[in-house]
Amino acid sequence: MSTSFRVNGRDVTVDVPADMPLLWVLRDVLDLKGTKFGCGAAQCGACTVHVGGAPTRSCVLPVSAVDGAEITTIEGLSPDGTHPLQRAWEELDVPQCGYCQAGQLMSAAALLARKPKPTDADISTAMNGNLCRCATYLRIRQAIHLAATLPAGAASSGGRSGS
Amino acid sequence: MTTKQVTRREFLIVSTIAGGGLLLGARVHRGTRTASTAAEFLPNPFIRITPDGAVTLIAQNPEIGQGIKTMLPMIIADELDVDWKDVRIEQAGLDTTKFERQFAGGSTATPTHWTRMRQVGAAGRAILVAAAAQTWQVPESECETASGTVFHRNSGRSIRYGALLEKAATIAPPALESVRLKDPAQFRIIGQRIHGVDNHAIVTGTPLYGIDVKVPGMLFAVYEKCPVFGGTVGSANLDEVRSQPGVRQAFVVEPGQGGALNGLLGGVAIIADTWWGAKRARDRLTVNWNEGDTASQSSAGFAARAAELSKQAPQRNLRKDGDPQGALSSATKTVQAEYFYPFIAHAPLEPMNCTASYQNGKLEIWAPTQTPAGGRTLVSRTLNVPETDITIHLTRSGGGFGRRLNNDYMVEAAAIAKQAGVPVKLLWTREDDMRHDFYRPAGFHYLTGGVDGAGRLIAWHNHFVSFGEGERFAPSASLGATEFPQRFVSNYQLDTSVMPLGVPTGALRAPTSNGVAFVVQSFLDELAHAGGKDPVQFRIDLLAGAPEGEGLNAQRMRAVLELVTEKAGWRSRARERGKGMGVAFHYSHRGHFAEVVQVSVTRPGVLTIEKVWVAGDIGSQVINPSNAENQVQGAVLDGIAEALGQQITIENGRAVQSNFHDFPLLRLVQAVPIEVFWSTPDFPPTGLGEPALPPVIPALCNAIFEATGKRVRSLPIGKQDLSWS
Repeated sequence: MSTSFRVNGRDVTVDVPADMPLLWVLRDVLDLKGTKFGCGAAQCGACTVHVGGAPTRSCVLPVSAVDGAEITTIEGLSPDGTHPLQRAWEELDVPQCGYCQAGQLMSAAALLARKPKPTDADISTAMNGNLCRCATYLRIRQAIHLAATLPAGAASSGGRSGS
Repeated sequence: MTTKQVTRREFLIVSTIAGGGLLLGARVHRGTRTASTAAEFLPNPFIRITPDGAVTLIAQNPEIGQGIKTMLPMIIADELDVDWKDVRIEQAGLDTTKFERQFAGGSTATPTHWTRMRQVGAAGRAILVAAAAQTWQVPESECETASGTVFHRNSGRSIRYGALLEKAATIAPPALESVRLKDPAQFRIIGQRIHGVDNHAIVTGTPLYGIDVKVPGMLFAVYEKCPVFGGTVGSANLDEVRSQPGVRQAFVVEPGQGGALNGLLGGVAIIADTWWGAKRARDRLTVNWNEGDTASQSSAGFAARAAELSKQAPQRNLRKDGDPQGALSSATKTVQAEYFYPFIAHAPLEPMNCTASYQNGKLEIWAPTQTPAGGRTLVSRTLNVPETDITIHLTRSGGGFGRRLNNDYMVEAAAIAKQAGVPVKLLWTREDDMRHDFYRPAGFHYLTGGVDGAGRLIAWHNHFVSFGEGERFAPSASLGATEFPQRFVSNYQLDTSVMPLGVPTGALRAPTSNGVAFVVQSFLDELAHAGGKDPVQFRIDLLAGAPEGEGLNAQRMRAVLELVTEKAGWRSRARERGKGMGVAFHYSHRGHFAEVVQVSVTRPGVLTIEKVWVAGDIGSQVINPSNAENQVQGAVLDGIAEALGQQITIENGRAVQSNFHDFPLLRLVQAVPIEVFWSTPDFPPTGLGEPALPPVIPALCNAIFEATGKRVRSLPIGKQDLSWS
């Protein structure tokens, strides 16, 4: 079945089974490896992408559901890796193994797009579905607060999340 | 520069490389112990400098989130005296002819490589200094280095390392053991908050991990194994599976010889154009399994058997000091208690995966693994391919925690690729991972302890019921004869009994310690209270006056204990029902850690962890403070997650839990504030992946006791009733 949508500002058409989750279309068909597989059951958030600006677990989302949608993955969060969250993540050395961090960043980016100066409670609500097995949570929280104080990257539009 | 005769074990070699660069490395004497025999010398390159001054350092160990890919090169760079901004890092593949101890486990990389990496960097610097001195015709002693440049102060001359390469290639290399190392006061990179070298790739989604590997012509595989550990395939509906869309092949893989649980287990491989296609075809797979004997095993059965064994004479005595029974009978107070901790899974977030290609009798493997050399040996023996025909590329691992010490998924990928005749990426589901782990083994401890009239510990007896056969414990299911508080109490007895286990077990972050610290430090707390002593003072008394021995150093432990209790305000803490602080210390993996946890518990028993204070001693030098704090906070939260809710239950020889809904990881809202403090006495630096974890579990349980009067003797805490009135 043919499905068309936009990924990181690029129009794509894929011919895959309608029930194939978006995650596997991104990773194995479109070769966008930044979005990660952790549980396959929307339990961990490693596969979080933006669909129409909303943080979405791509591991359980059939590709047929995104026909015509605007999708942003970690590769499209900023053109050059300078989204304030990306800079804050690097500055505070958030990652340990790093595997969950693409999903963490996408959830955080959706939060900042909606709420540029989030409170601790906002962060808790927005980020509680993203698991970090290394438990870098203290730095994730700190980095979101830091990013909220940073200007958008020089070459960055602050993301193309379609929001 | 002084050069030594060829009698040293290690030397530095210098050679020019293609492209005009300079390659500096160590040579490792791999001959026999007799120096007079002909020795084989093998090159061991770590440093590459090119004429433009760019410095490439080789990171030799697997990166699993512990920060080693940044840290080992930091040590070289500091002694080499280059600026970190000019350094590029390259991940080495497995190469046992060039690198020593290329693995991630046991918090061993720092103690193993600290001095060696310093020598490698310093020897490189020495050669460059010699090259500059010869160029200028001045004594080496008048030359200094900084920022990748040699300076001659007297004449005001300077020259960049990149301009010295041709000369340096002619310099006789110094013996590594003879090179002069920096005074630690001169460190410019070591001790700084250096950013993780893969940070940018991680935050931009650049492929780094095993799961991201892409090889030309590669297909995707799933592998179905018997849910009962060690079971084998009887029959399977392969034809139906082969007819599913996108499926290229489906076949039975025979188990490796001997049927070891950490080897190749039999199963059904399905290979398809996409991983999703393979997984969907797997939903149609029906296998009749030969489940084997393990099908009769269960967690409930283990508990019942442990209770029986506890009432019988122990099978073995591991240690007896003094007269434990006599001391217990004369003790002012005695306490008896039974402690239990369950099986736990590792659950690293990147599921097990490996990519393998078999062509013309040679295997090429891309693996997220902690033990690439062990994996190569396993693959070689299982598939009858010489080790010299196996190449292993190391990818970043999405977490290790000990899971990737075992290379079962590597040998599976290699076997499937060999049988299929095409390059294959094998990827497990989360359910595969949860149900085919090498679990932290459960443990049962039956303890009796006694204190004298002054509240001092005088007797300790533990009957440890574990898993194994005869004198062999199951992996990671053992206790050492000198397990604390041995040496610190004059009457000490450690006995053990074991029962058979068909469930695979293995090392989980801080193996043994992650269970036994809970038992020992909780029971010590019970004894402190029985003797009417403050739990901190009781521990200080215990540490005082013990004879010196291997492992735990009483002075170092006392220092971290006093540091953490001071920072936590232990002596001035509020004492009211429903609020509590708990303390614990533990020595493991060469690290001394003491931790304090503060909790509140409502009357109905709702637990809130409010704060954790950590004091750690990993020697004189915290090499990368940013990563160190991250590791400690992560380890503490990891311990809290284990304590609160993690348990693998065995029923009918299989794991009950399957995904994160029934095996909970910690979530962001549960991440409590954690303050980290360092004690840095003059001892060599040691590792940090593990030792911060064990104390937090008993400290938490001891805090719950102070808040509620309820003693947690069985994990996870989430299954306990903490209500009080």
